[in-house]
Amino acid sequence: MRPSRFYRPAMYLCGALLAVVVLGPFALLLLASVSPQAGLLGKPPDLWPDSPTLDRYAAIFTQAAGGVAGDFRVALVNSLVVAGCSVAVSLVTGVLGAYAFARLRFPGRRLVLFVFMLTYMMPPLALVVPMYMTGAALGLLDTRTSLVVVYCSFTTPFVLWLLSGYFRALPAELEEAARIDGCGRVGALVRVVLPVARPGLISAGLLAFLMAWDEFFYSLIFTSSPASKTVPVALAEFTGRYSLDFGLMAAGGLLAAVPPVLIALIFQKHITRGLAAGAVK
Amino acid sequence: MSLTLRRPTSTAPRTAGARRGKVERQWPLALALLAPAMVVVFGVVLYPMGRTLVLSLVDATSALQTEFTFSGLSNYTALLSNSEFWATVWRTAVFTVFSTAVELVVGLLLAQFLNQRIRGQWFFRSLVVLAWALPTIVSANMWRWILHPEYGALNGLLMHLGLLDSYKDWIGGPTQALFVVALVDAWKTTPLVAILLLASMQTIGDDVYEAAAMDGAGAVRRFLSITIPMLKPAIAVVLVLRTIEAFKVFDIIYIMTRGGPDSGTTTIAFYTYLQAFSNQEFSLGSAAAYLTVLFIFVLSLVYLRMLRTDSGGTA
Repeated sequence: MRPSRFYRPAMYLCGALLAVVVLGPFALLLLASVSPQAGLLGKPPDLWPDSPTLDRYAAIFTQAAGGVAGDFRVALVNSLVVAGCSVAVSLVTGVLGAYAFARLRFPGRRLVLFVFMLTYMMPPLALVVPMYMTGAALGLLDTRTSLVVVYCSFTTPFVLWLLSGYFRALPAELEEAARIDGCGRVGALVRVVLPVARPGLISAGLLAFLMAWDEFFYSLIFTSSPASKTVPVALAEFTGRYSLDFGLMAAGGLLAAVPPVLIALIFQKHITRGLAAGAVK
Repeated sequence: MSLTLRRPTSTAPRTAGARRGKVERQWPLALALLAPAMVVVFGVVLYPMGRTLVLSLVDATSALQTEFTFSGLSNYTALLSNSEFWATVWRTAVFTVFSTAVELVVGLLLAQFLNQRIRGQWFFRSLVVLAWALPTIVSANMWRWILHPEYGALNGLLMHLGLLDSYKDWIGGPTQALFVVALVDAWKTTPLVAILLLASMQTIGDDVYEAAAMDGAGAVRRFLSITIPMLKPAIAVVLVLRTIEAFKVFDIIYIMTRGGPDSGTTTIAFYTYLQAFSNQEFSLGSAAAYLTVLFIFVLSLVYLRMLRTDSGGTA
């Protein structure tokens, strides 16, 4: 196929358009995060400040907890802890369950898999009121623990689904050899399957992390104090009914975007493969 | 793709067991392996699922209530005969169809672009991954500020450029706001659609295109007669998944409009939220939630059925 002479210019025009649509809003956000408050509230806003300020970033990292910016740092830590714990729990439980679905035959196999998928598809609104009541009865409201417990209920089915497809695609001969050499099923899983399945484990773990990092609704309902609020809830409050701090919203938003964006760019192959496998398998 | 590997491997242990003349009793091990995941998921989800169903069938004035009188399906009939509820359903349908259509059309073109062999393609793919990775709340906050009627960057930019002589309220009218919110959803989600479609596009061999080009088919013709038909299973999956997600959309609406103006962006998920958390109508809210569950359940069955036929047909 010989491309016409318009092919390359047309393609780079498309590329430029894509760059503007994606990077344009990002650039505005970046400028807002370093513009002084007075300029941001001007009409029209001054988005090319003569004296850009890094005060907001500095405040987030140095202000004592209790201030708005200091509490945002606490929220970043909360999100890291909650997402990290959710990933750890759902990877361990998900790997074991996925292996059972991929390699074992047992009565009710399809039914159990179906119920897992059903719970995964449930809209949070159909669960949240009783969850809130149970949390209140157990004294777990407004704790990071309650968020980990709830987040695992949707990251685990996802990991299970993704990895059972991944395990099934691995040749069974690998483990059979290991079992002949005296490993049990679990020994073969740990020593043979997991090392081979590393790319799948990375995809599943990272996507689960991103899901937990992004979650807003449960956190909004369950948390009320800065000690347990996660990043999305803290961000929502910057531009809530009572405050319009666009500059701090921009700085906080960019910081909140750093972990997922870095993960997605560094592990691009794992992420895109995991997304495709999660949806199509 | 790895899909074809599935069937052969799953039958392998069966023949091995049969040859040894005994069927391995695998269920105790399966139960042991599945128990942790079942505790973590079912232990958290099944009780609330049932409890919400009960709440939807009684007349609860408080979520704490333990003694109920069953009221049958009266909450459901109350919803289904309420014009406000139907207005909500209509808005959800408009949101879903519009955002999904934009995501699919732009996503297809974007995937086709990302599939070109041009220098610097890694950069364009990274852009798409970047937009996908941006947390939903960050994206919603960003657009809320950009479109803000008084302090927004869009009004400011257009004024600077002389394209606007007075500030506009981009989400001022109810219908307009619904479409703008759907567009913001599309900005956030089109990258995902493009990534999914690209993965499927990459499985189409070059030889098909070369043969078609030999027969004189132009680029547009090749896209319409080869790419689109080959992508049909992936497109179907994207459509169902996006519809399910659109019925759950909450974050963007909460941040950008809180369902307003004039309930213009109150879609079914936000309506359910308002019933339960603003109006304290737990039974009505639970019934609305279960109507959504019913709809998603049907779509999920369609989805699972598609995956099953899909794995036999393609790859």
